[in-house]
Amino acid sequence: MTKTALQFRHNGRDVALFVDGGVNLLVALRESIGDMTPKFGCGQGGCGACSVLIDGELHLSCLTLAETVNGRAVETLDGLKDGPNLHPLQRAFMEQFAAQCGYCTPGMLMAAKALLDRNPSPSRAEVIEAISGNICRCTGYEPIINAVLAAASGGRARA
Amino acid sequence: MPVTVKTFANFGEAASALSSDRSARYLGGGTLVMRALNEGDVSISTVVRATDRALTRIDVASSRVTIGAGVTFARILAERELAFLHAPARSIGGPAVRNMGTVGGNLFAPSPYGDFTVALLALDATVSVQGGLGARDMPIEEFLQSRERQSGALVLAIACQRPASADAFRYRKIARIKPKGGSVITLAAHLPSSGGRISGARIALGSMAATQIRARAAERALEGRSLDDAAINAAAAVAAEGVSPTDNALGSAWYRREIVGVHLRRLLSGLE
Amino acid sequence: MLELRKDIFADERDDNLKEIGRGTQRQDMLGHVTGTSTYFDDHKLQGMLHLKVLRSPHAHARLRRIDTMEAERSAGVRRIIRGADVPRNLNTLLSLINFGKDDEPSLAVDKVRYKGEPIVAVVADSPREAYEAIAKVRVDYEPLPAVFDVEGALKPGAPVVNETYPKNTFVYHDVYDHQKLRFGDVERGFAEADHVLEQHYQMSPIEHAPTETNGSIAAPDTNGRYVVYTSTQALFFSLDTCAKILDVPSNTFHFIGGTVGGGFGGKVDTLTEPLAILGAMLTGRPVRYQLGREEEMQFGSPRGAERIYIKDGVMRDGRIVARKIRAYFDSGAYTRLSSYAVVKCVAHLPGPYTIPNVHGDVYCVFTNRTPATAMRGFGVTAMDFALECQMDKLAHLVGIDPMEFRILNAYRDGDMKAHRREAKNTALIECVQVAAEKAKWPLREEMRRMSSRKDGGGSRAAVSPTPLEPAPQGAAVSQQRTTYDRAPPATIQPPPPTPTPSPPRPPAPSPSHGATRFSSVFGTRRR
Repeated sequence: MTKTALQFRHNGRDVALFVDGGVNLLVALRESIGDMTPKFGCGQGGCGACSVLIDGELHLSCLTLAETVNGRAVETLDGLKDGPNLHPLQRAFMEQFAAQCGYCTPGMLMAAKALLDRNPSPSRAEVIEAISGNICRCTGYEPIINAVLAAASGGRARA
Repeated sequence: MPVTVKTFANFGEAASALSSDRSARYLGGGTLVMRALNEGDVSISTVVRATDRALTRIDVASSRVTIGAGVTFARILAERELAFLHAPARSIGGPAVRNMGTVGGNLFAPSPYGDFTVALLALDATVSVQGGLGARDMPIEEFLQSRERQSGALVLAIACQRPASADAFRYRKIARIKPKGGSVITLAAHLPSSGGRISGARIALGSMAATQIRARAAERALEGRSLDDAAINAAAAVAAEGVSPTDNALGSAWYRREIVGVHLRRLLSGLE
Repeated sequence: MLELRKDIFADERDDNLKEIGRGTQRQDMLGHVTGTSTYFDDHKLQGMLHLKVLRSPHAHARLRRIDTMEAERSAGVRRIIRGADVPRNLNTLLSLINFGKDDEPSLAVDKVRYKGEPIVAVVADSPREAYEAIAKVRVDYEPLPAVFDVEGALKPGAPVVNETYPKNTFVYHDVYDHQKLRFGDVERGFAEADHVLEQHYQMSPIEHAPTETNGSIAAPDTNGRYVVYTSTQALFFSLDTCAKILDVPSNTFHFIGGTVGGGFGGKVDTLTEPLAILGAMLTGRPVRYQLGREEEMQFGSPRGAERIYIKDGVMRDGRIVARKIRAYFDSGAYTRLSSYAVVKCVAHLPGPYTIPNVHGDVYCVFTNRTPATAMRGFGVTAMDFALECQMDKLAHLVGIDPMEFRILNAYRDGDMKAHRREAKNTALIECVQVAAEKAKWPLREEMRRMSSRKDGGGSRAAVSPTPLEPAPQGAAVSQQRTTYDRAPPATIQPPPPTPTPSPPRPPAPSPSHGATRFSSVFGTRRR
């Protein structure tokens, strides 16, 4: 079986791998790199569980052909912590009870990070828009929205 | 047999690769082709890509704007000169889908998707297509009617006239989930007027037939009239003429027929 | 007041808890926000294979021929699994508690009974190769008339969906085609009532749509055992179901689960584990079987549809004097848990109200729809929706405030419930009072003073004379006993059911299942 060589930055570290033709980035991350933080929810672009950042932009890894990230920078939830220290979004999600089953959480956090990286003090409406591609079936969106807002205001207070 | 990915630097080469292989599909933003592969569509065995910058160009210099087929909805939203297309661009997906999905791909998106194309149909856009025999421009309506046969062709760009005023182009997507959700009905209207009378109205509907279609009876009802209650009511009354919606999880065909006139009235009245 | 036997349970409860109103962190929260919580699919195993399933495109069809020749030769294919490869290719989930007959194959053999039913499984090196092989399986279908409507399925001449239940209804206690509740005489109640209101309600199937689809990974372990990572919500239930279907002792399996990406009842059906394990048994390799989203929607079982008819007799002063209910639960093509949902529903009738005459008939019906299963309060949810809509309509009919109408009819301590059990620890009146207060809904002083603990019992504790009905004719086939413990198929016939007035008694327990001491299905303690 022919494989395609691929090299990119994964959470700040260079990785090189071979993938089968047509394999999506979600499979490459999970099966070739072993980063299990992005989740498979639908494979259709409907749920956002597989959300990652590509060159800082929010993308769905299940709809991204793996080889298109060659030479680019991919960020996943696995890279959100700073060493042992949780990211403000992670702390806020814990404090605001913004996860229940936890399956949508990696995608939610990446969508929220994509927002705060560009807009450190978003309005509630902007938070709702930013996570509108991410489906949560158990927690409910209110705690998640509150957590993103809390992380944003916390970040501003420290800055 | 695994999928073969062919990447070309030049769109012409990509177009030839596409037209010479019936199992090939062109990969734009991935929201259609990768989805099909994920669901196990084995009819696709070749994926063709082009990295040609010509496909991602936006030209807003004149009154006629040209948008490369590979331009994403996020880029349209970032372009102030394309403000008239912001409402349809924003109505698609969540941020991730808008960062990925492209104008060209939207032309092929089946119901209940393809909202941006509804706007382009109302704007009487032209679609530039590169086939096996070379490039040609075709009216979007003709393109949509022959869409089944276009999968071997590569869309290069779309072009349309900028509406004369913000009020002359209107767009409305009816979804059950806000801010993101599949279309129950999508409506767009281009209402050029001269001397207070509408001339050359175009009304387009999404999710009301196998492809995006024009509401010709409603267009005729507005022709030569001022946009008053009587004209709006006349257009709304015939909004369902010629439609052939189907049942899906978002709404029944019956429901769509029932509400299309209501939403057209709201669109034309400028009601939210 | 709840009595706690502190002499026995001295260490069981800390009386100084002050938890209400305070946040308590979930123990799995850190794992969730760091993405390190381990779901079934988060295991990367050496040499893992992928299992995909060919599903029926028809709602009802005979399988004339299944040709897997070309698929066997397809690239990357390790094994094709057909119905004949499944050791016990017929099961029903609740056979583990002696309830119902085995009626559902893991892979269809002679017939498909709903769109999406599994027919052939392919185990291949990659998902793509599995899909390619599936496209090469040739199935010769003979489409059969299908029935999608619960009442249509009960009409004479309706297509037989599931031959295990030829009348398209689940069979209770070997005899009864539905569950009955009889308390007092509703016909007399209607005759005496000032108003009679008859309405019907229905609910469509509802998909749980968990963000994580159903799936499992099975891997050979040492000593002939198998490790199974699964999304199941019911770990040991799934384990025992697999032991039965694969005809091995249950200690063959080490099931690992518990971290589930959303379940809501939709992950109790053991949809993927038996084939994943069988794939691992037949190939000696780890096998992953994960549903795609389309599969989850089409094949993953939903909350079942229900159709409910309610006829109520009410007096001008607001007392409900008779309630008659007929309801149909759409089980889809196989039983799964709808049989139990019906029992639960009947146990809930007539809602939390004291009504002297109650009559209930609830059917578990088979149709050519996706088999239905558990979902959040199933059996009660739709019925409660119907009952409370009906309560509002009745209140409107007699011109009484709907909140007060509920207080008026609410059961109180000491009342006799329609199941001939005394109502205890009731609190509906207090709930309505609090709800009214929170909603700033005005209640008259008289209503605000009412209490669940006052004015119950007495005449409200009486069992109204209940007319007897003839028992059903002819005994149905005897209820099948589970043989997952590899006892020979049941040859012990339970004693023929004696014609009894309702409520029916459960059949005599099978001697092979002395372990089943309590059944929430039968609501009785058994030895």
